[in-house]
Formats: sequence, structure tokens, C-alpha cells
Amino acid sequence: MSSSEDKRQWPLYEVFVRARGGLDHKHVGSLHAADARMAVDHARDLYTRRLEGISIWVVPSHQITASDPAESDSLFEPARDKIYRHPTFYEIPDEVKTL
Amino acid sequence: MSVAVANAGRTDAEARDLFCFVLRLGDLSLVLGQRLGEWVGHSPALEEDLGLANIALDMIGQARLLLSYAGEIEGRGRAEDDIAFLREHGEYLNPILVEMPNGDFGQTIVRQVLIDAFQLEMFERMAASADQRLAAIAAKSVKEVRYHLRYSSGWLLRLGDGTAESHARVQSALENLWSYTVELFAEDDLDKAMADRGVAPRLSEVQAAWSQRIGEILAEATLDRPKDRPHSWHGKRGQHSEHLGYILTEMQHLQRTYPGARW
Repeated sequence: MSSSEDKRQWPLYEVFVRARGGLDHKHVGSLHAADARMAVDHARDLYTRRLEGISIWVVPSHQITASDPAESDSLFEPARDKIYRHPTFYEIPDEVKTL
Repeated sequence: MSVAVANAGRTDAEARDLFCFVLRLGDLSLVLGQRLGEWVGHSPALEEDLGLANIALDMIGQARLLLSYAGEIEGRGRAEDDIAFLREHGEYLNPILVEMPNGDFGQTIVRQVLIDAFQLEMFERMAASADQRLAAIAAKSVKEVRYHLRYSSGWLLRLGDGTAESHARVQSALENLWSYTVELFAEDDLDKAMADRGVAPRLSEVQAAWSQRIGEILAEATLDRPKDRPHSWHGKRGQHSEHLGYILTEMQHLQRTYPGARW
């Protein structure tokens, strides 16, 4: 949490919603809540109003460790010229429908 | 439509009873939905704004189902909007508790916990009502109400077991509102008839379950259960506090100013 943030403000939580069984939880946004239970309630009210999900995860934002944008070059650029890592050189049989 | 068809085999007296009973349930949801709507734009946090508005919308949804059904039972061609917006003060049959002012956030939460627990015990039992339509409405609504109670009791816990200030405020709200819970369980001839016909649960049974549930919530929230005091003022018989008049003035303003307005 940044030092400039108002201490009286509720902590920030990141919200992840699973749209339906078999899919991953996807990050959908963030919200303020006093505790984890309230964060789930708020997430339910804010992010599943239109049947967007069947399961909710909330994580305190300060628990997330992020990559440094300044290091983007060294972290991600090296993968750019390694196209052989994409499985695009295989012939996919016609019978396979769901790839 | 003839009265006989509309009444689906009920005698006129039975239809009248059912009509009034459905209004009691529907008006509770309608008036509390309107009350909660007053928080929109004024809540302590944006997230609570949406939380309370969601509950308000669930309440209005329950009111629509119930008042539409009441109109059908009555068989005089009144639709949900006619019943919601064109009745007078004394024709509303909601308990007085739901028309009590929002007060501070703590008072709104106390009122909500008391009513959510009541609706939960009612709807859980009414899902097995002999009246198919009420059974279906109860089965749908009970899912909403379970969440409402989760929300409201969660807040009561935080406020009751929170700071000295928050504790004092919700305890005081509880003292102020407690006597209005008496009428929820004061069985009159109509309640008795509904229970006899298997339409609704016995209020004594609902009260016992409610009392236990509320007792557990209050204990966890470190709040003292107020003493029971006699209270003989019944919104469910059309005797209301002054507050309902102000609610209706605002709620009915559009229909009264522009009769039949649609959008």
C-alpha cells in the first residue's frame, strides 16, 4: 500500500471471477473492503450482477508481487524471436475440433 | 374475467383473506425496498451503495411478484403498479418496522437484520405452502434473503464488535427498533386462518426460530438483547407511523402527478 494512501480507507482487494465450471478464475477488477468476507460480498454485488460468475476469489492487493515494467526488455523481449515455441508447426487432424 | 375464475375455487372470504395476507408480505418488501433505495448516492462507501441497492432491488422484485399475485386474487383487474402506487396510507399492510427511518448506517443494518431473519424463517417454511404460487415465490426469494442476512449480519458483527462508538450506536438502534418486532409475530385472525389452511407457517413457530437466530447473531456481535415490551400498534392492520406518509408521498409522486405514466 502506498504511503500516500489515506489510512482510513479500507484496504484494496483484487477480484477474480470464474465464469463457469471448467474455466479459470479471471481478474475482473478491484475493490475496497474492511476484511476478506466483506470483499467477497462486495465482489458479488459489483462483479456478478449480470450472471458473470459462479465462483469468486479475492486477494489483498498488497499480497500480489508484480514484475517491474522497467525490466520488460529483459523479461519478455527474449521470447520474441523464438517462434518455434508456438505449436504452429503441427498438422492438426480434421477430427480434432476443440483445439 | 369472472370472480369465480379469478378466485380459483376460493370463496369470497377466502379470497379476501389471501389477498390481505399477500399484501402484508408484498408491502413489507415494497416499503423496505423503497427505504433502502434512499441510501443510493449516500452510502458510506461506493461498494455499500451497490450492496444496499442490490438488496433494495431484490425487495422490489419480491414486491412485484407478490402484488401482481394480490391483484389476480382480488380479480378486479388491478395490476402490480396500481396496487403499489395508487393505494392510500391505511391500505398498506406492512409492519411498521420497515417504514422506520434509515437513521445512520448502523440503524439501517439493525432494521435489516431483524427483517432479513424474519423473511428467511417465513420464506423457508412458505416454500412448502399449500398455495402453489406463494410456494414458488418463497422458494425464489429465500435464496435472495439468505444473502441479505449474510450481508446485514456481517455488518452487525463488525459494528457491534467494533469500536466503542459503533457498538453504542447499533445497541441504541436495537433498543429503538426492538419493540417493533412484536407485531411480526402477533398472530391475529388472518394469520391464524392462513396457518390453518396451510398457506403460511404458524407465527409462533416462526418466532421461535427467529428468536434463536437473532439471539446467536446478537451474542456474536456482543450486543445485549433488549427486553421484550408489549406493543399493540399494527402496521399489518393498516395502522401506521407518520413515516409511511412521507414514503408514499415520494414513492407515489410520479403516478399521482402523471396518472398512467409509462416509460
